Amino acid sequence: MARARKRQQRNEQPERPRGKRAPIIELNDVTKVYPGGHMALDRVNLAIGRGEFVFLVGPTGCGKSTLIKMLIRELTATEGSVKIAGRDIGKLSEKKIPQLRRNIGTVFQDFKLLPNRTVYDNVAYALQVIGASRHEIREQVPATLRLVGLSTKLHSYPDQLSGGEQQRVSVARAFVNHPPLLLADEPSGNLDPVTSIGIMQLLYRINKTGTTVLVVTHDREMVDNMQRRVVELYEGRVVRDEVSGGYTEESTTEFGVRMRAEMGVGHNGEGTTTNGHSHEGLL
Amino acid sequence: MSRLVFFFQEAIRALRRNAAPSLAAVVTTVVTVVLLGVLIPVFQTAQGKSDQVRNELNLQVEIYADATKAEVADLRGKLAALPHVQTVEYVSKRKALEELKETLGAKKSEELTSQLSTNPLPASFKITPDDASNLEGLRTAIAPTAADGKAQPISPVVGKVFDRQQSSQKIEQVTSALKIVLTIITALLILASLMLVGNTIRLSIYARRREVEVMRLVGATRWFIRWPFMIEGVVVGFFGGAIAILILWLGKITIVDPLSDTFSFLAAQNSSTLSFPALIAILFGAAVVVSALGSGLTLRRFLKV
Repeated sequence: MARARKRQQRNEQPERPRGKRAPIIELNDVTKVYPGGHMALDRVNLAIGRGEFVFLVGPTGCGKSTLIKMLIRELTATEGSVKIAGRDIGKLSEKKIPQLRRNIGTVFQDFKLLPNRTVYDNVAYALQVIGASRHEIREQVPATLRLVGLSTKLHSYPDQLSGGEQQRVSVARAFVNHPPLLLADEPSGNLDPVTSIGIMQLLYRINKTGTTVLVVTHDREMVDNMQRRVVELYEGRVVRDEVSGGYTEESTTEFGVRMRAEMGVGHNGEGTTTNGHSHEGLL
Repeated sequence: MSRLVFFFQEAIRALRRNAAPSLAAVVTTVVTVVLLGVLIPVFQTAQGKSDQVRNELNLQVEIYADATKAEVADLRGKLAALPHVQTVEYVSKRKALEELKETLGAKKSEELTSQLSTNPLPASFKITPDDASNLEGLRTAIAPTAADGKAQPISPVVGKVFDRQQSSQKIEQVTSALKIVLTIITALLILASLMLVGNTIRLSIYARRREVEVMRLVGATRWFIRWPFMIEGVVVGFFGGAIAILILWLGKITIVDPLSDTFSFLAAQNSSTLSFPALIAILFGAAVVVSALGSGLTLRRFLKV
């Protein structure tokens, strides 16, 4: 209980009546010009609501990674404003940046695990950073690792794991403190198709717990199959923003079948649901 | 409190997981501290010696044998009033002879005195300047040369004015040059040690820069990342300094102390230079502070994510 209250305080935002809350991600005319003149983003407007599951697609060099880096303030916009939960993060002081990042779980294409820590310690680090108690860590870390299916590898080091397993650790670390927003930058970029599906299922499950998930990918097949909102960037501009055509009943690709099962739709759906933690009122 | 425990655990874990670079840092610290611990006293002794030589330089003002007591007292007053004079010492005829005997040794002085019926040495004033470089100025002040080329001493009872050592000017030049060289070498050595320790730490942190980047991206604050590194630096400095001081102490009791009984040169250093405990305290403190600061400063570059 005390923890919940503490977390509430930590995420304290200006009071806003329920239902009229600002979108969790809001980009207004965001332009990013790199030193040297390359324009990575060109007047991008985008709003993502709470609880959404959104794909961000586009060819290499279209500005996807730039956008993600801007959301965690690794980069700042040249023009326009980037708002997270209604707050302009471009105006955030240096000191507040860690605070922002703690509320955004990030999964990287190259995993970015700490090489000389075990799986357990890697995930625990995200909690130690926010000053969680030892008791909290002992409870949360194994639970999250069970969620991603790695409960048997607690004491392995990253270099003893397969790519898919490392990415699962990365997801677990991003999710362990139950952030309201989870960004995944090419989470399946280095993985084979079957492993990718596993990761996507995991992200989907996380989304079901109430966390907003933004996935960057260039895996067109996967996107088309998931019947989710897709934002397409091309040369720094948003060229498409719609719910994708989705998979059809006839879709027989492995991906379609597996995802259908996961999402509990279609004739062979099993109605899988995860007893996720609720994140209402987190941001 | 639990934070502090966590930071210490992190530091110890890092030291253990990076045993080779940590060991390199400790060894570098040991070598540097030992080097400084040996050379600083040596340089200080050398400086002390050259100072001592300079301080022995003085002027001797001969007094004519027929000078009255009042005239001598008047001269002493005049000499003491001159600028740059530190001490004025009266050397009587008898004392001058004693000093000569002392310099010659028992056997020779026996020969000498046996052939002398009276004491031929004049009484004199021994004048020490405040600094050896003022010796020449003082000489001209006591016996300025008049227009006709003859010396015009400040008092009629003054005979000759001469340096105790003929080559006082040369000694003065050599010692002051030596002093400058020693100061520069000491400064360079300290600078080199700082950079050596700093560089070793840089390398060990550079190897872990990716780790630091990841920590930043997960939302760690700068100090949250920095503290374990600083503690690591303190631990390295502590062990490096402790081992070095053990070595220095062993060296002191086994080599320097027995020798200083036989060589007064070594013994002299105890009075004119830093005492051993002070030297150790400074070196130890420097080792710890330098490695901690080295860690903290090097990290700054990688924290800019």
